[in-house]
Amino acid sequence: MGLFIAQLITGLANAGALFMVASGLSLIFGVTRIVNFAHGSFYMLGAYIGYTLMQVLPGAVGFWGAILLAGIAVGVIGMLVEILVLRPVYRAPELFQLVATFGVILVVADLTLMIWGPEDLLGPRAPGLRGVIRIMGEPVPKYDIALLVITPIVALLLWYLIARTRVGVLVRAATQDREMVGALGVNQAWLFTGVFALGCGLAGLGGALQLPKGGADLLMDFNILTAVFVVVVIGGMGSLPGAYLAAVIISVVNVFGVTYLPQSTLVLIFVVMVLVLMIRPYGLFGRPEVAGEHGQVGEPEKPIRPAGTQVRLLVAAGIATLAALPLYGSSFSQVLATDILIFCLFAASLHFLMGLSGLVSFGHAAYFGGGAYVAALIVTHSNSPMELAFVLAPIGAGLGALIIGWVCLRLTGVYFAMLTLAFAQLLWSLVFQWGEVTGGDDGLVNIWPADWLNDTTVFFYLALILCIGGILAMRHVAHSPFGYALRAGRDSDRRAEATGINVKRVQWLGFGFAGMMAGLAGGLFVFSKGSVFPNEMEIARSFDALIVVFLGGVKTLAGGVVGAATFKGLEEVITRFEYWRLILGLLIIFVVIVMPEGIVGTARKWAERAGWLRGEETRKRKAREEAA
Amino acid sequence: MLELSDINSFYGKAHVLNDLGFSVARGQVVALLGRNGAGKTTTMKSIMQMVVPGSGSVRYNGQDITGWPTHKVAKLGLGYVPEERRIFTDLTVTENLEVGRQPARDGTVQWTEEMLFELFPNLAERRGNRGKALSGGEQQMLTIARTLMGNPSFVLLDEPSEGIAPVIVEQMAHVITQLKADGLTVLLSEQNLHFARAVADRAVIIEGGTTKFEGTLAELNAHPEIRDAYLSV
Ligand SMILES: Nc1ncnc2c1ncn2[C@@H]1O[C@H](COP(=O)(O)OP(=O)(O)OP(=O)(O)O)[C@@H](O)[C@H]1O
Ligand SMILES: [Mg+2]
Repeated sequence: MGLFIAQLITGLANAGALFMVASGLSLIFGVTRIVNFAHGSFYMLGAYIGYTLMQVLPGAVGFWGAILLAGIAVGVIGMLVEILVLRPVYRAPELFQLVATFGVILVVADLTLMIWGPEDLLGPRAPGLRGVIRIMGEPVPKYDIALLVITPIVALLLWYLIARTRVGVLVRAATQDREMVGALGVNQAWLFTGVFALGCGLAGLGGALQLPKGGADLLMDFNILTAVFVVVVIGGMGSLPGAYLAAVIISVVNVFGVTYLPQSTLVLIFVVMVLVLMIRPYGLFGRPEVAGEHGQVGEPEKPIRPAGTQVRLLVAAGIATLAALPLYGSSFSQVLATDILIFCLFAASLHFLMGLSGLVSFGHAAYFGGGAYVAALIVTHSNSPMELAFVLAPIGAGLGALIIGWVCLRLTGVYFAMLTLAFAQLLWSLVFQWGEVTGGDDGLVNIWPADWLNDTTVFFYLALILCIGGILAMRHVAHSPFGYALRAGRDSDRRAEATGINVKRVQWLGFGFAGMMAGLAGGLFVFSKGSVFPNEMEIARSFDALIVVFLGGVKTLAGGVVGAATFKGLEEVITRFEYWRLILGLLIIFVVIVMPEGIVGTARKWAERAGWLRGEETRKRKAREEAA
Repeated sequence: MLELSDINSFYGKAHVLNDLGFSVARGQVVALLGRNGAGKTTTMKSIMQMVVPGSGSVRYNGQDITGWPTHKVAKLGLGYVPEERRIFTDLTVTENLEVGRQPARDGTVQWTEEMLFELFPNLAERRGNRGKALSGGEQQMLTIARTLMGNPSFVLLDEPSEGIAPVIVEQMAHVITQLKADGLTVLLSEQNLHFARAVADRAVIIEGGTTKFEGTLAELNAHPEIRDAYLSV
């Protein structure tokens, strides 16, 4: 009983930081419709800034003052980020802002490393709250008790702000219909900035508050992000009470999990999440998203046309040049080309999903890594030939995608996306924690291809054939009746249903197909490297694919491939620098601001303007000339 | 006071307003008439810059406001009451009014909640209710009251009589007359003449995004063929 209560208290105390970060994310999403992936980074900044301030400011006043100041400082940083990075891209297509927040993650990660160094920082103890008190004989840290009091106070203040002040009224109104709020004379730009600053400030506060418990380290940004997504999904996007309740549930489950099921704490959390979603698909306090509810208008989509002769010739020439690589390139260049090809296939599979079906997956690495692990596990644990393991990689990943897709497709929009991320994290934690089978953090090694393939050049050709073949297959599907059905479902759910298309079913199959293709890439990957580690499934990998697809251009068929090739090539060059994340992050932000239609979309526009390609511009000019 | 000249507005590639032009003088109630899809809503949105005209100009008190952000247009004293009402259904009546609240401008009536509740007695009883609990008529009143909280000198009413009970239509007419008496200028859109006859001084008829008639109601009454050609009965 004593232990039970002690653990309950620890769980409730842990919920504090989680609640603050999650409520910030939720607020920002409600008003700006941006899923702020950089939210974990602001949490991390809060911890580091708080740490430094605690070193400078003395005593108890200094300690608590440092926490408060850290929150304010992070709020100000968030404000700057909103004004400098997000404001220029609000008019870009929905979700494009995501990429900008990826850029922010990278920049913050490297700046933190630069300023505070790579060592984990041990959080200072709170003055006067060192040590433990005993509750029914069990030790409970005094600081936990303090958090138990502080969190509800913060929650209450936040509730007061949102429920009782003019700012809160405007925030809630904007969450529902921001265009109308603008028409009533409210400057949305400042409302957005204010909410973004507030949300980031909360994350910073959370980061600083947990210092005595968890300290500060460079992995905090991604580590909290998963938990926060789970909290937001369970609690319901945009609901403060939901965020609070969900944070408590998750933290308590986690604490008990650590005691009773130490091997599967992470998995346990996701099980809870899936259970909640089975009963309440939009979370405990959430409501379904209504399309068009927020008065957003987008450019009408340009129809995707089959490639013209010009483009076909260009592509054929490109493939021929690539196929001849072993004639003029070094063995290293072939390895690099294999890497790029595999990544292109992976990105193209996500691009297929997003571009054609409009489903945004935040966790596509699950199927890439999943395929790799299927093959690796088969090789490790049974004496199957490599060929069989290789064939089973896409099949396994495809089946996995069908199962996960079936659950996720109960939701739509951003809920769907977050759920895919949660499932990806579930698989990742399975792989990470189930050491006896998967090797855990040490990964699976010695996964080499069969003898006849065990040669750089031969494997390069295998990758070339399968990757180009896979990409062409996806193009083919895009122009098949199935592809049209997917697009019809994307553009108008109801109209597609009316023409007899079972939209959910088509989307489900599309999800499975994309997963299978990612699995194929994963299979190639594991045999080209000879090993696989859990990080092939982690969020960062999923984000890589998302960045690539957005940067390439979601609305163009070539976007995924061009983006992937550019990204991998760039990474190859940039990673030679010490602070390559900083460079890459700034580059991403720059591209987002300058090329809101992605590389391919922007290149096409320029080419059209220059008269190299026929399109919008030329057609308009012709029409004008004819009229004159 | 408000002057539109050669406005061309688009939704993507759909060309909806075609060299549209007309003007509204201070203190008048002008009815913007036209059939379903004639472009009335688009005209109002083009005035508010919620749809930014591709060419042409909107001038308010002599100032060219084309391309301004919508909130600045509203701050100048233009109050927009949308056709779909767009009240905030999660907010209470009082909170809806709060969203609309703006400081007074020179020469406009300064509305308070209490004045509005006097003008719309039904709302007073429901001040603590959420928007979604209101009836259609109550929502229509709330959307007007919300805009009045911004102390506008010029009110744009998009089909105020659409889809509400006759008793409430009468109340709407009363409110518009009241606004006129307070010195406000009103541009209201309607598909037919019934409601306009009761309140308007002048009429502008549009069809296919172009002005077809501009004049007093008396002139319009003298030419029933115009009415028959461009309006539904
Ligand atoms: N968001 C939009 N996208 C594309 N076309 C639109 C859009 N809104 C309106 N239209 C088209 O523009 C034209 C004018 O529409 P508008 O809403 O301005 O007409 P209206 O006179 O207000 O009609 P109603 O009496 O039905 O309200 C119509 O043909 C309509 O189909
Ligand atoms: Mg209309």
